[in-house]
Amino acid sequence: MKKIHLLTSAAVAMIASTSLMAQSAFEKAHNASFKENGIAKLDRLERDDTQKFCSEPAALAGKGDPKKREAIEKANMATIKQPSDGKYLGDWKEGEKIAQSGRGATWTDKAGTPNGGGCYNCHQINKKEISHGNIGPSLWNYGKVRGNTDAVVQYTWGKIYNAKAYNACSNMPRMGHYKLLTEQQIRDVMALLLDPASPVNQ
Amino acid sequence: MKKLIKSTLLVSLSMAAGFAFAQSATDDIAKYREMIADGNPSELYEAAGEDIWAKPMGPKNVSLQKCDLGKGPGVVKGASAELPRYFKDTNKVQDLESRIITCMEKLQGYDPKEIISAGFEKGKRKDVEAVVAYVVTHSKGMKIKVPNKHPKEKEMYAMGEKAFFFQGGPMDFSCASCHGEDGKRIRLQDLPNITEQKGAALGFGYWPAYRVSSGNFWTMQRRLNDCYRQQRFPEPIYTSDVTIALSVYMGVKANGGVMNTPGLKR
Repeated sequence: MKKIHLLTSAAVAMIASTSLMAQSAFEKAHNASFKENGIAKLDRLERDDTQKFCSEPAALAGKGDPKKREAIEKANMATIKQPSDGKYLGDWKEGEKIAQSGRGATWTDKAGTPNGGGCYNCHQINKKEISHGNIGPSLWNYGKVRGNTDAVVQYTWGKIYNAKAYNACSNMPRMGHYKLLTEQQIRDVMALLLDPASPVNQ
Repeated sequence: MKKLIKSTLLVSLSMAAGFAFAQSATDDIAKYREMIADGNPSELYEAAGEDIWAKPMGPKNVSLQKCDLGKGPGVVKGASAELPRYFKDTNKVQDLESRIITCMEKLQGYDPKEIISAGFEKGKRKDVEAVVAYVVTHSKGMKIKVPNKHPKEKEMYAMGEKAFFFQGGPMDFSCASCHGEDGKRIRLQDLPNITEQKGAALGFGYWPAYRVSSGNFWTMQRRLNDCYRQQRFPEPIYTSDVTIALSVYMGVKANGGVMNTPGLKR
């Protein structure tokens, strides 16, 4: 056991020193400009490959190295976990609540409180809600237009779980990959979009 | 005052055009703006700031009247339209807030660390905010003219641009996620495209502002601080490099636009 500990800490030290060495002057000055506050620790500035790639204005605009883009989408695709019990749709009423709430993950949020999906911040969903953003496409009639074949259901699950699997620099957070939403919350949002009884599909 | 009403109406009109199908909510916002347009509550902060500027204070019992905001000791008029800028005495690019802190340190003997670690509206920071309200009022209607000539200014502009596009945190957000395209909104809130002159001027030219939803005056530092909170980043340190770099980036992009400070915001 001790050996494993030693090995692990050696590996961690190595990773830490290489990432320190790889830090650019910009990253150093940038990192030094922040302090941790509550649940928002400094490790939030350590970017994964996707975030590094999409921090380039050209990549963000859909240009940049197409091979890199493909590799990033593939890596994100590999993170997607289908629902453990094969059940994709939950309760659309709960889904509506999750879509409405933009709470969670800021330094003024407490650890352990459930996050919202913040969906209405960027999407039109139920037309009755007039206060919606437009950074993402309208999802009104989402299921009515697409139906709910297995392919549509699995794609929608994947898109909510990790949007970067389909578009490397999508503006949409990776709700499942970063555990912003639980599996059950994703089921409920799925129902809001795909359940024929959901107000979205009337 | 007429000017203020005019600009408020213009903002209301452009907002109304932005969400035509959200008529009732927009109408309410426009009505509210008209109601309070006769007196931007920032005036209270401005008056307090004017007193603080002129009053001998601090360990050295000196006023801020000899504070050099870039246009010479004591010159307030037009100063914030040309900030941030490089200052020879500190060998740093400084925004309005970091410069006021330098004056409080050098002229009055205050400890800058205390101001930097205090929260917004707390302790001596509160005085900095009031002085900001006073100073920015004296650039109202002036052209934005943020310099980008000195090597350190260019360095900060480059850092600001990188920081603007830097994605991080659990939601992969950068400033560009919300402020990189035209015509975007979060809920009903219009988001200026800061990568272009017009949008940058809408952002840079209307902050600092009185913010109706929170009922208080927000400096540019506070505006940026809350952007980062919503980006799910760790907290930017008050007047840290990244905050000043972003102000340089926005200000230089906004050059040629008009200062409408203090603004009146949702």
